[in-house]
Amino acid sequence: MVDKVRGDVMATLEVVPSGASIAVGGFGSSGRPDTLIDALCDMDRRDLHLIVNNVGNDFTGIGRMVAEGRVRRLTASFPVLPEFYDVYFAGDVEFELIPQGTLAERLRAGGSGIPAFFTPSGAGTMLADGTFPLRYSEGSPVEHVTAKESRQFDGREHVLEYGIVADFGLVKANKGDPKGNLRFRLSARNFNPLVAMSARHTFVEVDHLVDVGELHPDDIHLPGVFVDDVMLASKTSPKQPAMAEAMT
Amino acid sequence: MTETMSPQSPQSPQSPDTTLGRTREGIAERLAQDLEDGFVVNLGVGIPLSVPKFVPDGVEVFLHAENGVLGMGPEAAPGHEDLDLTNAGKQPVTLISGASIVDSATSFAIVRGGHLDVTVLGALQVSADGDLSNWYVPGRNPAVGGAMDLVAGTPEVWVVMEHVDRLGRPKIVKACEFPLTGKAVVTRVYTDLAVFHLVDGELVLKECAPGVSPGDVRERTSAAYREDLGA
Repeated sequence: MVDKVRGDVMATLEVVPSGASIAVGGFGSSGRPDTLIDALCDMDRRDLHLIVNNVGNDFTGIGRMVAEGRVRRLTASFPVLPEFYDVYFAGDVEFELIPQGTLAERLRAGGSGIPAFFTPSGAGTMLADGTFPLRYSEGSPVEHVTAKESRQFDGREHVLEYGIVADFGLVKANKGDPKGNLRFRLSARNFNPLVAMSARHTFVEVDHLVDVGELHPDDIHLPGVFVDDVMLASKTSPKQPAMAEAMT
Repeated sequence: MTETMSPQSPQSPQSPDTTLGRTREGIAERLAQDLEDGFVVNLGVGIPLSVPKFVPDGVEVFLHAENGVLGMGPEAAPGHEDLDLTNAGKQPVTLISGASIVDSATSFAIVRGGHLDVTVLGALQVSADGDLSNWYVPGRNPAVGGAMDLVAGTPEVWVVMEHVDRLGRPKIVKACEFPLTGKAVVTRVYTDLAVFHLVDGELVLKECAPGVSPGDVRERTSAAYREDLGA
């Protein structure tokens, strides 16, 4: 019988080595898997390539990983945290800046067997023409994000973007069952299903573990085929007023 | 306050005249008059966030937030915040009746696929060809979010901004100096002084704000444009 529920978070994450590429769900702190992120910090994993929309604006979640010097490379659309830029400009972290919709689609494509696709987003900008600094050294750019191939469709320029297949995925869901079937809550869904699709091995933390059958097949947002391990989040979700709860 | 844009003499002939034309809220109010019943709209940060309170009675506008909310209502009242329901600025919001939630890939399928009617956003500069610069001032911290997807995919991209910058320099220019968000993507520009449309790739002055003359607009605009002020 398939049972993806794990009781010990650290023992489950033991397979994640330093140096891994890790896609992470969340939009800001909404839907961010803090239990899993904190565990990897506590386990002293380093040299990580993180693929995530935001760093955040404090030293929780991805901000903690950055502050503790665990990130080798960041692929993101909107980091925000000033201390992230400090380490980027200091040459300690590589930064691949991509449009948010491109990030979402690269994750979806990578998990869907689509190696690359053309998009109009970013065409004709410095995020596509090879001038965005990937890495600094002693205050100057020493390496740039590779220029993207471009092609005209219907008279418009589009750029080639590659699907992302991450080594591991960290996901936050509201409800999960032993088969790995998931439901998300409101806008905490965001990148989470795409991260689960992208990753070769996906870990999920949930606010509520439910029995098989409790989630109606029509109401499952992401089937368990994309999920490897389900754990209970150690932090409960942010405050959920009665009215919003009624909409779940 | 320090000015980090490219150096230029503060003795600019076009110093900002705060008494001329519309206020920032007034720009949002003017734009809101052009929204049609049933429009699905994405609003950027800044002046665009003032647009919803000016939507005319009887006009229903559906607001899209890039993090996957379609049918966003006002910000959540104190004590009713739900951090599982936020807008693109990570602020707790509410939903209107008929709202829906999608993942980020579907949210940007809505954006890139041309399923929004209008994107409203601020700008550093707009060029005569409709090029837009609004995501990055060199020397500051680069971040783009969904801006490049929004301008690439939305049929109507309406810019709301002040006509000149803090040093009085025109923001409607021959060619953008700041890094581009998109090429030839802007379709309208609403400022404190005027309304411009891009018509077949050509910048056209359609309207001056009350108390503003075509000459006032001309001397504060460095891009070439055609006047079509109607009656």
